[in-house]
Amino acid sequence: MTIHKGDNCGFTQASAPILNGKRSIGVKKQTVFFQNPPKIIAGASVVTDRESKGPIGQYFDITEHDPKMGKKCFESAEITMMDKAVRKAVEKSGKRIGDIDAFMAGDLLNQITTSAYVARGLEIPFIGLYNACSTFTEAIAIGSMMISSGYYENILCSTASHFATAERQYRYPLEYGSQRPPYAQWTVTGAGCSVLSNKGEGPRVVAATIGRVIDFGINDLSNMGAAMAPAAMDSMTRLFKDTDTRPEDYDLILTGDLGKLGSDILRDLMREQGYELGQRYIDCGSLIYDVTQKCYQGGSGAGCSATVFNSYILRKINEGEYNRVALFATGALMSTQSCYQGETMPSISHGIVVER
Amino acid sequence: MEILNKLLTYLIVFAVGGAFCLVAQILIIKTKLTPARILVIFLVAGIALEAVGAFRYIKEFAKAGATIPIVGFGAALAKGAIEMARSVGFVGAFAGGLVNTAFGIGVAVVASFVVTLIFSPKSK
Amino acid sequence: MEKTATQLRNERYSKYVDAVSPQTSAVKSLLHSFVLGGITCVIAQIVNDLFALAMPATEKEMIATFTLMTMVTVAIFLTGLGVFDKLARFGGAGLFLPITGFANAISSASMEFKAEGLIFGTSTKMFSVVGPVVVNGVVWSTLAGIIHLIIFGRIM
Repeated sequence: MTIHKGDNCGFTQASAPILNGKRSIGVKKQTVFFQNPPKIIAGASVVTDRESKGPIGQYFDITEHDPKMGKKCFESAEITMMDKAVRKAVEKSGKRIGDIDAFMAGDLLNQITTSAYVARGLEIPFIGLYNACSTFTEAIAIGSMMISSGYYENILCSTASHFATAERQYRYPLEYGSQRPPYAQWTVTGAGCSVLSNKGEGPRVVAATIGRVIDFGINDLSNMGAAMAPAAMDSMTRLFKDTDTRPEDYDLILTGDLGKLGSDILRDLMREQGYELGQRYIDCGSLIYDVTQKCYQGGSGAGCSATVFNSYILRKINEGEYNRVALFATGALMSTQSCYQGETMPSISHGIVVER
Repeated sequence: MEILNKLLTYLIVFAVGGAFCLVAQILIIKTKLTPARILVIFLVAGIALEAVGAFRYIKEFAKAGATIPIVGFGAALAKGAIEMARSVGFVGAFAGGLVNTAFGIGVAVVASFVVTLIFSPKSK
Repeated sequence: MEKTATQLRNERYSKYVDAVSPQTSAVKSLLHSFVLGGITCVIAQIVNDLFALAMPATEKEMIATFTLMTMVTVAIFLTGLGVFDKLARFGGAGLFLPITGFANAISSASMEFKAEGLIFGTSTKMFSVVGPVVVNGVVWSTLAGIIHLIIFGRIM
C-alpha cells in the first residue's frame, strides 16, 4: 500500500516508529503513524440512568433520566443526546462551534440519520461515517489523519446509540415478549464526543490501525461478541506487528463492545497468536454495566466505546494513571435482511493508540 | 364429586397447556429457531391435527389446554376451512379459516389499535 | 466437495464458540414455561366456565370464542401497560405459545410504530411480527380444506 503524499501531508506510513519499534521491510502495514499527532483536547458523554448506575457512572458528564428526553420518539431523543454531547465537548474544550472545521459522526440507524440531523443544527462541514459500533475509532483515526496532514485544525468526532431505536431496527418491538439468550448484549443508550485539535493540551493520538473486514462465519444475530472478536484479534495483531510492540508496552488495551463472552474469546484468540493480554485488557461493554444490572454480557452499540472513552478513560489518561492506551472499537457490518438472506456476520475493528 | 371433577379438569388443562409450552421452550433452547418459526411450526401442527381429525379428541380431553396454545388457533383455521369447503364447495376452503378465526383476529386488531392510541412503548 | 481452509476455520470457530457460550439454564426455563403456560390455560378455562355459568343458553363454541377474545384483550392491555414483556421474559414459551403471545406480537408492533403515525406506522406495521402466523395459517388451512374435499367430498 502506498500513500500518495501531497505537499502538506504530515503523515507517512511507518517512517517514524514512535513506539520505538523496528521497521520490518517488505510487510504491508495497516498502521498509520502520525508525524504531527493531534490532541484530544476535550471529551464529553451523555448517558441515561441505566449507564449512570454502572461501575463508571460517576464519570459521565450528563445523565438523562428520561430515555425519551421529552421528545415524541426515541429517534429524536437520540439526536438530542448526540447534540448535547457535541455541545458539551465543545464547551469543555473552550472553543465555539464556529471554530470547528469538521464534524465527523456516525450511528447505528439507517442512513445514519441521527448524525445528519445533529449536523443540520451545527452548521459546520459534516463527514458521515458508518462502521457500525466501530465508528468511533474510525472517526478518530480519519480525523487524526486530516489534522496531521495539516488541512484541518479542529475536528469533532462523535457517535451515539439508543437502546430503543437499535432494538426496533435490529430486533423486535420494545414491548414484544421475547427471551434473549444469555450471550446477548444490551445496546448502550448514550452519546460521546471528542474534540481533536492540532493545538492545545491533551493526550495525543499517535497511531491508528485501519481494520480489515473479518468473517469467521457466525450467523447468530444475538452473539455479537463471538462475531466481532476475530476482527479485534486481526487489528490488534496488526498493530502489535506493525509497531513491534507487545501487550506489555501498553498501560491499557480496550475493545469497544465485545462483552464478557467476546472478550474471553478474544483472549483465547490472542493467545493463539502468541500474545497474552492479561490484566491490562478490558472491554468497554463489560465495564459500563454491573453484573447485577441484568444486561447479559454487557453493553454494545456505537455509543458504548464513545461514552466510556470520553468519560472514564480520558479522565484517567489526563490524570496520569495511563500513559499509553490502545482502543479497538469493534463493529458487526450486517443488516437484519442480510442475515435472513443467509449471509454471515462480517466484522471490523479499527484501533487507535493514545499517549499522554 | 362435582368439585373433584372440576379440579381434575383444571389439572388436565394445566398439564396439557404446560406440556405444549414445554415443547416450544425445548425448541427455543436446543435449536436456533426464531420465535416466529416456532409459532408457525405449532400452527401448522394444529392444522394437520385438525385435518386428520385428531384434534377433536385432544380438545375434548384438554379443553382450554388445547385451544389456548397456538395449536388451537391452527385447528380453528383448519376446521373453518374444511367445514366451509364442505358446505359451499371448493371456494369455501379459502374463506373458512378466516371466518372461523375472525373473532380473535378482529378483536386483536381493534384492541391493539385502541391500546396504541392510549399507550406508548417504554425503553427498558 | 473439498472444503476450503476458510470453511474449515469457520467450522472450528463455530464449534469453539458453541462450547464457550453460556447456555440458558434448561431446567429453570423449562419449569417456568411449563408452569406459566399451564397457568395461562387454566385462567382461560376458568374464564370459560364463568362465561358458561353466566350465559347458560349460549352454545359451547360461542363461549370458547368469548374466552379467546377475553384472553386476547387482556394480553393486549398488559402489553400496553408494559407488563407483558416482563412476564414473557420470565415465562418464555409459557406466554408466547398461547394466544396471548399472538396478541402481544400484534399489539407490540402496533405500538412500536406509532411514531410514524397511525396510517404509515401502526396500520402498515401491525402485522410485521405476527404476519407469518396469519399467512401460514390461511395458506395451510386452505390446503387442508381442499385436500379434505378431494378425499371425502365432491368438488363444486
